[in-house]
Amino acid sequence: MAGFMISVKKIKKSFNENIVLDGISLDVSKGESMVVIGGSGTGKSVLLKIILGLIKPDSGKISIEGQDILNIGRTKFLDRFGMLFQGGALFDSLNVWQNIAFRLVKGQHPMKKSDAKDIALQKLKRVGLNPNVADLFPSELSGGMQKRVGLARAIASSPEIIFFDEPTTGLDPIMAGVINELIREIVVEMGVTAITITHDMTSVRAIADRVAMIHNGLVQWTGPIKDLEKSNDPYLNQFLNGESKGPIEAIR
Amino acid sequence: MTIYKSISSFFKPIGRSTLDLFQIIGKIFIYILETLIHLVRPPFYWREFASCIFNIGYLSLPVVGLTALFTGAALALQIYSGGARFNAESVVPSIVAIGMVRELGPVLGGLMVAGRVSASIAAEIGTMKVTEQIDALTTLSTNPMKYLTVPRVLAATLSLPILVAIGDIIGIFGGYVVAINRLGFNSATYLNNTLSFLESSDIISGLVKAAVFGFIIALMGCYHGMNSDRGAQGVGKATTNAVVSASVLILTTNYLLTELFF
Repeated sequence: MAGFMISVKKIKKSFNENIVLDGISLDVSKGESMVVIGGSGTGKSVLLKIILGLIKPDSGKISIEGQDILNIGRTKFLDRFGMLFQGGALFDSLNVWQNIAFRLVKGQHPMKKSDAKDIALQKLKRVGLNPNVADLFPSELSGGMQKRVGLARAIASSPEIIFFDEPTTGLDPIMAGVINELIREIVVEMGVTAITITHDMTSVRAIADRVAMIHNGLVQWTGPIKDLEKSNDPYLNQFLNGESKGPIEAIR
Repeated sequence: MTIYKSISSFFKPIGRSTLDLFQIIGKIFIYILETLIHLVRPPFYWREFASCIFNIGYLSLPVVGLTALFTGAALALQIYSGGARFNAESVVPSIVAIGMVRELGPVLGGLMVAGRVSASIAAEIGTMKVTEQIDALTTLSTNPMKYLTVPRVLAATLSLPILVAIGDIIGIFGGYVVAINRLGFNSATYLNNTLSFLESSDIISGLVKAAVFGFIIALMGCYHGMNSDRGAQGVGKATTNAVVSASVLILTTNYLLTELFF
């Protein structure tokens, strides 16, 4: 147990009559990059939000390094996290560097503005953006740039755990490749524990150490990335090959 | 059986909407309580508060000022035509002043600001909710109630009385201009009557009303924004609900407060 950075045990969640997670369990080791795949609407995002405490589960337990998150203070727990949202979720009212430095300036341990700006500029450089975008507003950036700024914001306070919610959605294939590479590099160089949710198989191959596939509110298959292609799981194979016929029923 | 069914289908919607209503009232009370708790607990975001004072208070000045100016002017004409029936035209200055300060200043000012501010708060926070910016705030260890709701509610509660006080003066001035130019009043007598019949309790009750209305305006904007449904339609609905509920609550509490001060 203690070996796992994040341990999700039998989480259940339904919205009205719709069961989204049906007692799902998932363990992620320290420093591991876990990629969660599954069709749209299978509860991948809900799972991340439950771990972050943004949504309350109906039942089940989540622990970080063996400690139940209910026993760790909420802010103390969130201080260890970084998250890249699907749409970037940058604050429109703040410019790029203020977005990146948000936690450094407004968080629990506020630092001097000039120091925070220096860190923000470093992180901006790390995600491959020119320092002259620092004073632009999010609405002035392209989709790919917004994702990069979101990434810079997620890593600004050097978190131990980073979540990536569909990092390549809405990007062209080349930009998607760039973001995948950046994520992989950052995960390796910072030694963070990462959970990525995606249905982009290129992302899976670029980012993952381990893969878990969610279907019907449960983990259908999990294993290291090298076992992915060799698996005989019919659900996984249908997903990997993008076939419309198979055990997963597609709604037409 | 069919009779039973038709009776139950008649009462079902009534029961459902009654339950919904109580649920919303409960939710709003919890929201108020949460706002008050976060108000007294650090951290307090001064910079946000200052920008809210500017947006809610300062930028509402033209709207409130124009509303008050024309209301005061119209009020002078109406009271003159009413007063003339009893040979009591001399009441115009005092009734314009009392009417503006006690009732029309806070209520019309409040309603105008509700239209401007509740809508913009609900649309802004609703959009933030829909684009996951509220979730992002939380993951960056910042409480959205503290960062978004508290500064807005506090700024509106403090700036509305100031706005209304300025509006009162402009409204009385509007009445004065009309009375001097159109109704043939003497300037010095008009001003003298305005001041001598106005009591400090009139002014205070009006400003207390304004503060309560400010609280309602920002609270409804934040509440509906935070509870916005997904998509553009969700934000649109949240904005409409914010303005309608703020306006209705202003008119309701206005009556209750007037009873209280009566």
